[in-house]
Amino acid sequence: MRMLTVLRTPRRLNRSFAVSFLLFALLAVFGAFMALPLIYAVSNAFKPLDELFIFPPRFLVNNPTLDNFFDLFALMGNSWVPLSRYISNTLFITVVGTAGHILLASAAAYPLAKYRFWGSKTLFSIVILSLMFSGHVTAIPNYMVMSWLGWVNTHASVIVPSLAFPLGLFLMKQFMEQIPDALLEAAKIDGANEYRIYWSIVMPNVKPAWLTLMILQFPALWGTDGGNFIYSENLKTLHYALGIISAGGIARAGVGAAVALLLMIVPITLFIISQSSVMQTMATSGMKE
Amino acid sequence: MQAEVNRHAASSVIQVKKPSRLANVVRELQKNKHYYLLMSPYMLIFFTFTVIPVVISLALSFFYFNMLEFPRFVGWQNYSRLFLGDDVFMIALKNTFMFAVVTGPVSYIACFLFAWIINELSPKVRAFMTLVFYAPSISGNVFFIWLIVFSGDSYGYLNGFLMKFGFILEPIQWLSNEQYILAIIIIVQLWLSLGTSFLAFIAGLQTIDRSLIEAGAVDGIKNRWQELWFITLPSMRPQLMFGAVMQITGSLAVADISIALAGFPSVNYAGHTIVTHLMDFGTIRFEMGYASAIATVLFCIMIGSNKLTQKLLRKIGE
Repeated sequence: MRMLTVLRTPRRLNRSFAVSFLLFALLAVFGAFMALPLIYAVSNAFKPLDELFIFPPRFLVNNPTLDNFFDLFALMGNSWVPLSRYISNTLFITVVGTAGHILLASAAAYPLAKYRFWGSKTLFSIVILSLMFSGHVTAIPNYMVMSWLGWVNTHASVIVPSLAFPLGLFLMKQFMEQIPDALLEAAKIDGANEYRIYWSIVMPNVKPAWLTLMILQFPALWGTDGGNFIYSENLKTLHYALGIISAGGIARAGVGAAVALLLMIVPITLFIISQSSVMQTMATSGMKE
Repeated sequence: MQAEVNRHAASSVIQVKKPSRLANVVRELQKNKHYYLLMSPYMLIFFTFTVIPVVISLALSFFYFNMLEFPRFVGWQNYSRLFLGDDVFMIALKNTFMFAVVTGPVSYIACFLFAWIINELSPKVRAFMTLVFYAPSISGNVFFIWLIVFSGDSYGYLNGFLMKFGFILEPIQWLSNEQYILAIIIIVQLWLSLGTSFLAFIAGLQTIDRSLIEAGAVDGIKNRWQELWFITLPSMRPQLMFGAVMQITGSLAVADISIALAGFPSVNYAGHTIVTHLMDFGTIRFEMGYASAIATVLFCIMIGSNKLTQKLLRKIGE
């Protein structure tokens, strides 16, 4: 009898109501702490000028307006480098960087996930090791390498290193290990070579992982300001443009809020779309000891 | 005579052995050449921009190098200067440790705690709460919002709030007062830090075998805390490892937020971290050798704390 109730209501096992209530209250409070700044950023972008400078400051917008967005395009249309240029630079870097990362990382992950060969273990442990430090450690030699290659002040300096972020390879490899070996063997018997197996069998099977790599890579590139590598004004990104707009002081507060909204809304929308795939991939993200 | 024969025999054995071993490797490489070819674009870029720079950085830390003159070997001098003669580095080291000791564990535990509570919700609410907690970490530079909250005049939200309710009479200069800078950076970093590991925890929780929990209930697990310690945490150990690596690395490399909120350099170096120190010497003073020594120290701290944490995590559920 006890077993039966257990099976029927697995979620309510050993739960006391008071503790549940406390935990959910905790979740609500911190949820508000996480969400409020974002809600404020959204509402700011729709505030007319008089509401932006009202005192005491108001959290939500009363009379929403799109003026800030029109002002943004008008203002940046007159400047030396038009806003569309910043947007297209950012889009170029983000799209090429993300697509390339997914391609290269999955191509490298497939042999590592499915085969044992000379050097495979070592290579993967180097990737794991490099997960453990941040890019700041290599900032200086990176600059030297870039200048030897003559890539300083080109978009390649931002795109190319991002193609080989270790996290993408790691997640892709973990996910690919789930593909049944029988599937690959069947393809081999049917006469497919390794490249064909990779492209027509493995790749379609790891779609959730592509979306995950996308949602990890996209915000990183979308928010880049070109780092220490890009100096020409007409190669700069939207994030950089936000910097100059905000530096324009209070006269540009509304326009700044509009750009900030543009910057945050794209990655968040992408995450909403890809959420379930991301969860599927993350379930395999574990590391063995 | 005998010895010579022996040596001859020995060398001939080696000679026979050597080419065959090499041939084995070559055959192995030949057989797997497709795999190497598939990996080559990624590995080429990975080695050029990650592995080789680490090696260069290690090597450069023993040189005096200012980008103009040829590097001059100075041995351990950069390190001795760093640890014995650089007071600002000591501040940066202290700040980074303070910062990492607070944000690392707190955000790691927060990631798990919130993932754990969220996991009890219905799928739709779960998806929404996941978005709420994950959104700050992908919204890029929206942390400038916090500049308005902590703004130093009475327009700042915090000042306005505290003055309205009579806690203070004069606005406080939050971001240029040494007392508060580090705490504020910590708060904002915590806000931003529910990232990849948070997602990994939510996903990991959903994959736990339900029959384990049911079996545990039969075996006498009394409440959710026992269930957490004896079933949930041990089943999630691989995800916990992954999360730890991501959180440690993130909390030791903080710099952008410090620069955005407190300026560069911050008042009396109150928000100075190892990475801002590295930027100072690398991009402003052009002392590349010295900056590389800073990078190497940071590298060692990151690897060390990762290894230590992984050891601690092994004790879970014992």
